[in-house]
Amino acid sequence: MTEPLQFWMVALLFLPLIGAIAAFVLPRHAPIVGMGVALGVTGAAVGLCWQVQSVGTGTVALGGWGAPLGINLHVDGLSAAMLAMTAGVGAVVSMGAVNTFGGRVARSAETARPRQYFWPLWLLLLTGLNGVYLGTDIFNLYVMIEVIALAAVGLTVLSGSLAALRAGLDYMFASILGALLLLMGVGFVYLQLGRLDFGGLAGADPSGALVAALALMFVGLALKTALFPLHFWLPAAHANATAPASALLSALVVKAALYIIVRLLQHMPAPGEALVVLMGLMGTGAILWGSVQALRADRLKLLVAWSTVTQIGLIFVALAQAGVAGLAHSWKAAAVLILAHGVAKGAMFLAAGRIRAEVGHDRIRDLDRSPVRPALAQLAFAFAAVSLIGLPPSLGFIGKWMVMEGALAAGNWHWVVITMTGTLFSLAYFSRVFAGFLRFDRVEADVPGGVVEQRGRAPMDYAPLALAALGVALGLVAAPILEFLEIGRAGGWP
Amino acid sequence: MIPLPEAGGFLPLAILLTSLLVSPVLFALPEHNARLRTALNLGAATLKLALVAWLSWRVSRGAVYDIGFTVLPGLNFKLQADPLAVLFVGLSAVLWLITTVYSVGYLERGPHRARFFGFFSLCVAATVGIAMAGNLFTFLIFYELLTLATYPLVIHNGTAQALRAGRIYLVYTLSGGLLLLLGTLGLWMLAGNTDFAPGGILDAVIADSPRMAQALFVVLIAALGVKAALVPLHAWLPIAMVAPAPVSALLHAVAVVKAGAFGIMRVVYELFGIEATHALGLAEPLAAAAAITILYGSLRALTQDDIKRRLAFSTVSQVSYITLGVALASPIAATGALAHLIHQGLMKITMFMVAGNLAEGLGVKKVSQMNGVGRAMPFTMAAFSLAALGMIGLPPLAGFISKWFLAQGGLDAGQDWVIALLLGSSLLNAIYFLPMLYRAWFLEADRPAESPPPGTPGRPRIGWMLALPPIATAAMVVFAGAFANAPFSPLDWTRFVVAIEYQE
Repeated sequence: MTEPLQFWMVALLFLPLIGAIAAFVLPRHAPIVGMGVALGVTGAAVGLCWQVQSVGTGTVALGGWGAPLGINLHVDGLSAAMLAMTAGVGAVVSMGAVNTFGGRVARSAETARPRQYFWPLWLLLLTGLNGVYLGTDIFNLYVMIEVIALAAVGLTVLSGSLAALRAGLDYMFASILGALLLLMGVGFVYLQLGRLDFGGLAGADPSGALVAALALMFVGLALKTALFPLHFWLPAAHANATAPASALLSALVVKAALYIIVRLLQHMPAPGEALVVLMGLMGTGAILWGSVQALRADRLKLLVAWSTVTQIGLIFVALAQAGVAGLAHSWKAAAVLILAHGVAKGAMFLAAGRIRAEVGHDRIRDLDRSPVRPALAQLAFAFAAVSLIGLPPSLGFIGKWMVMEGALAAGNWHWVVITMTGTLFSLAYFSRVFAGFLRFDRVEADVPGGVVEQRGRAPMDYAPLALAALGVALGLVAAPILEFLEIGRAGGWP
Repeated sequence: MIPLPEAGGFLPLAILLTSLLVSPVLFALPEHNARLRTALNLGAATLKLALVAWLSWRVSRGAVYDIGFTVLPGLNFKLQADPLAVLFVGLSAVLWLITTVYSVGYLERGPHRARFFGFFSLCVAATVGIAMAGNLFTFLIFYELLTLATYPLVIHNGTAQALRAGRIYLVYTLSGGLLLLLGTLGLWMLAGNTDFAPGGILDAVIADSPRMAQALFVVLIAALGVKAALVPLHAWLPIAMVAPAPVSALLHAVAVVKAGAFGIMRVVYELFGIEATHALGLAEPLAAAAAITILYGSLRALTQDDIKRRLAFSTVSQVSYITLGVALASPIAATGALAHLIHQGLMKITMFMVAGNLAEGLGVKKVSQMNGVGRAMPFTMAAFSLAALGMIGLPPLAGFISKWFLAQGGLDAGQDWVIALLLGSSLLNAIYFLPMLYRAWFLEADRPAESPPPGTPGRPRIGWMLALPPIATAAMVVFAGAFANAPFSPLDWTRFVVAIEYQE
């Protein structure tokens, strides 16, 4: 515990856990606790990344119990990048949430419950996420993903509206089913190998039972990450939650299951071409179906939620771009897209929430009737869209470039076509929103002072704006990011 | 050219940043703070002009500037100030200053000025980036940035019509951008490199698999042809003229269409190499596409009554002179093409600013309303006349110089049909421009009632910020033509560039 690297790892796990308990016990001070923990976790993540960059990977055996039975924490480039993304997006969302769920707003029965429960739930979620990214054996990952699901369902229903409750119920059923499938897969692995740590998995001989286990776990995780056609619960859940909760659910929560899939592909014995092709096909379905639904969505947050479905699909296409043989490289494209989506989608949901708060509704069709134009939030939305569409120089662009490059190199033209189709679709559905931002001849008459872009600006707009701008600018430093992701992977992909 | 050791990367970066960094500041300025905004705009534009002047002086002495960093393994973001880049940067720096003055006058007290000038600066930054991109990857980044930065300018008025134009503009240019992404990827896969270098970088690929090289060429030209408004990819340009006059001026003279034409130059000269382009049998189809565009644009311009629409179709036609000159395998034609990049910019920006002034001062938006406007706005219309005569190709104006060199180049390349094409096109230019001049100068104004605002008898009042810029650019049209052989004239610089591209 003397090494700084180990210190940061333990801090990342326990700081949010303690914070969650504190926020629950001291509801009056929850915003301060929450904000403090979010910033503290960001600091720890930065410290961890710094250490990983300078000394490389690290392991902690919690309580002195090592593999195969104890709880080992391990960090490499990919874990550290995920932790940093989670902490950074989480900190920005917390700033947005202080505005929504903090401060000295008059208390009513309606706002009391969200204010009381948001912070403990969010810090519990953060604990689970960090636990997943630090975990090294699949049973611990299962436990952590259950913690995440618990907190995420709580966040979904926080607003207390009927729609949110219904969506939350669907989400909970999907989540429980997914967890059961995951647990069955974990059980199969244990029966087969007698151990559950990644190191043990990587050394195992391929067998039919392991393939079956992997398939079970994949389906369970696909349900949790909302991969088409198992996405049915996501749009309603993400669209009906309050804005900071939506940002957390869309930017961070679905990434945990995705991350586990990437790790399983890394450590399980050869997953087989069929599974990889299946992932690509499901991803294709997500891109096409999600895009069509985003084009038809009538509300801004619903559109953004469907865009998450398409982006998850794109990440699976990224994994499948070059078949089993290409996985050694294609996981990097997927990782870049995961980071890009996390940053951009967090900013986008916060911006959408701000637009809704200022305009008073989020019906896309009527956005251009409003005399109030929250310019900064709109700009943040636009920046986030640039990254999600994949326009240069954003991180999303780098991700798409890597997907297309890998697919071309492997001769898989169809994945190039799919990626480009998805890009065109995303242009189409996001430009619906831009038209709403920029059209002025439908503004309802007799507005005192006319249309004012300055109205509807607030200091808290700068947080999502900065996050979205970061998503665009990060593309320029893609080379160091890629190098960082490969730390600990020098031994190669099995 | 021998690289001199003293050259660094600071100057290109500074030129890019003058407009890139001023843009967020302009966004953040409160709407009513017009004086500070104007000062910032003009200050940045002037500073950039000075930097560009310094850069061109240094480059003319043989200095080589480049700067870059790695974005993905092997793939660099790279800015370089070669003479071809300086040609385009110079155009954008001069016209940015002039258009800024004009825009300040045009948008006085209009809505959304903070947004307008923010995107305006971003647009100029994108143009500079396109000019100085040292490889196709960097070019792609700025090419897309240009699309994004011009979209809010095109729809600035915020009307349904403007939104529709914006949507069509986005569909065309972003599809083109996606195609360019595909082409860049293809180039990267085939050549392992996307650098622009005189003589081309694809020799090995062309020797190895000419079919792939041909396919790549078609993809790249189609991608760039969208912005260069090559028929049949031109449809967005006449629709996009709903934009405010300074935006149209910028779009047609410097920013968008020129980015496409400039990209075609880079592809032909510095990716494939002019000889390889011919050897692959790609130059003739490109020249044919340009010839068709030249005639089609002129023919469509004949029937347009809306002044800006007529000018837009004229742009479709005129920009393809550049492509034509690039496709003809002759250094003389290339000289004409490159000079036309500048000359067309000067002439067309004059005409669009005049069109804006007519609309602002007299409410005249159609050719049929132009009767007698010469008497109402003599200086403005004099500028328009000079530009129009230049477009037709009357010596000693700028347009004559480019057409002269293009025709000579056609003969030099053994393509005699170019002479007929140029004569035909000039005739068409005359048919659609001269009636405008005739109406303006020789016909009586038929109905003065509607137009002049009450209380301003006689001359309409437009501020000096609207009146001077077209006069200044018209003067440049005269100088670029009459003193074509002076040092640092567009033609002189063009010869310098062509000597490098043809590796003489």
